[in-house]
Amino acid sequence: MKPAPFEYAAPPTLDEALAILSENDPDEVKILAGGQSLMPLLNMRLARPELLLDLTRIDELGGISARNGGLSIGALATKRDVEDSALVRERNPLFMESTIMIGHPQIRNRGTVGGSMVQADPAAEYPAVAVALGAELVARGPGGERVIEADDFFITYLTTSLEPGEILTEVRIPDLAAGTGWSIQELARRHGDFAIVGAVAMLRLESGICVDLRVVIFGASDRARRHSEAEALLAGERPSAALFDAAGRAVGQSLEDPTDDVHASAEYRRDLARVLCVRTLTEAVERAEGSGG
Amino acid sequence: MAGRQIRVNINGTDHQAIVEPRLSLADFLRHELGLTGTHIGCEHGVCGICNVLIDGRSMRSCLLLAVQVDGRSVETVEGLAEGEKLHPIQEAFMDEQGLQCGFCTPGFIMSLKELLDRNPNPSEDEIKDVLGGSICRCTGYAGILRAVQSAVAKMGGGRPSLLD
Ligand SMILES: Cc1cc2nc3c(=O)[nH]c(=O)nc-3n(C[C@H](O)[C@H](O)[C@H](O)COP(=O)(O)OP(=O)(O)OC[C@H]3O[C@@H](n4cnc5c(N)ncnc54)[C@H](O)[C@@H]3O)c2cc1C
Ligand code: FES
Ligand code: FES
Repeated sequence: MKPAPFEYAAPPTLDEALAILSENDPDEVKILAGGQSLMPLLNMRLARPELLLDLTRIDELGGISARNGGLSIGALATKRDVEDSALVRERNPLFMESTIMIGHPQIRNRGTVGGSMVQADPAAEYPAVAVALGAELVARGPGGERVIEADDFFITYLTTSLEPGEILTEVRIPDLAAGTGWSIQELARRHGDFAIVGAVAMLRLESGICVDLRVVIFGASDRARRHSEAEALLAGERPSAALFDAAGRAVGQSLEDPTDDVHASAEYRRDLARVLCVRTLTEAVERAEGSGG
Repeated sequence: MAGRQIRVNINGTDHQAIVEPRLSLADFLRHELGLTGTHIGCEHGVCGICNVLIDGRSMRSCLLLAVQVDGRSVETVEGLAEGEKLHPIQEAFMDEQGLQCGFCTPGFIMSLKELLDRNPNPSEDEIKDVLGGSICRCTGYAGILRAVQSAVAKMGGGRPSLLD
């Protein structure tokens, strides 16, 4: 359980980090952020880079600020920074709630927002919330800056559209529109464990009619996905328990290739996706009604 | 691999050392400095036995490299007692049987120190969130919960009702 030897660089600026990436074979370099996913892989020698490029000394990649209609979160901001941010609490309670669901305080003290995005664990909360909110991920590489829509960023298990040689610099999270009801719920063996299955729902009510629906399921398959068939069932309708049930069934049926592993069978995950879809829609509607929408 | 010079304040004392980049903070503390109070269980972040404080925040020392704490301050369980006088959290663990074999204890105590340093009167949920970050195979957690109650009282905070 000790890492294989590696060279180590911890440059103080993004430009220096990008220069180091371009001077080396990208396959031999591993980028280190909070290390809460990468360090276990190094300890188990499942990753054996020649060079470990530590980004944690780059101050310009930290910080959380307001940015036209949303939040700009530095890729190296920790989950603790999010948890302690009055700005996030006020502007995006969904993003705040999802943060507190991640791991334990000791993990959130170190693990970064960007690291969770790039790790792209199918059961992780942040990618699911990023897809639901329509977040943008900003990357810098040899070709300059690129802005990637969340839905195009997450490809499949532990795989994103980030190119070798690119560094994720920022995550842009749009604010919740006024009157938005939201909910994130998951089933995990213990609080802080990765979800077996989780769901995110968002909607607004206009004169009692559901609009702007988002239904995202995570942990059930290779990545967090929107379920447009469930969204379509509710769009333009008055919310009702019967419709939520129908949406849940649609989600369960349309789930492609659900994960089947030691934690849960594929059939169990399909059923959990259905149940969590109903529960999150119910809670989202309650919140939308509570906000006077 | 070339060694790297680091300077780090550990429990109030400045240390300088040359370390290999791949050396974990946990191994640095135990093998280079002889601070064996920090225990190691899983070495991949899940057991929470190796928690130490970095600039006052609890983190897994098995998931940190010694080179990463260059210029930082580290607190370990050895830094808590003043001579023979135990820290109130340590006393509480002893009084309330918050430990049996003691293997997990340093990890719990350091995380709880972060919590109580920041918030002398934590809510039940905040306490459970912190305890959830470490695993104990002996106590069944009831003694640990009582120890937290007692430590909160000793340190001047209110008394949460955890076991209701
Ligand atoms: C006990 C435990 C429980 C956990 N529970 C949960 C949970 O419930 N939910 C959850 O979502 N996560 C959980 N995690 C994972 C944790 O959230 C990690 O912090 C996260 O997955 C990775 O973030 P990091 O900053 O630690 O990244 P690292 O581990 O440093 O990196 C992860 C990957 O991303 C790459 N990378 C990181 N940052 C960048 C960047 N800026 N640009 C390009 N590439 C980059 C790295 O090269 C690596 O491949 C848990 C971890 C532990 C140890
Ligand atoms: S030894 Fe560090 S978490 Fe288990
Ligand atoms: S006291 Fe033995 S593992 Fe906790």
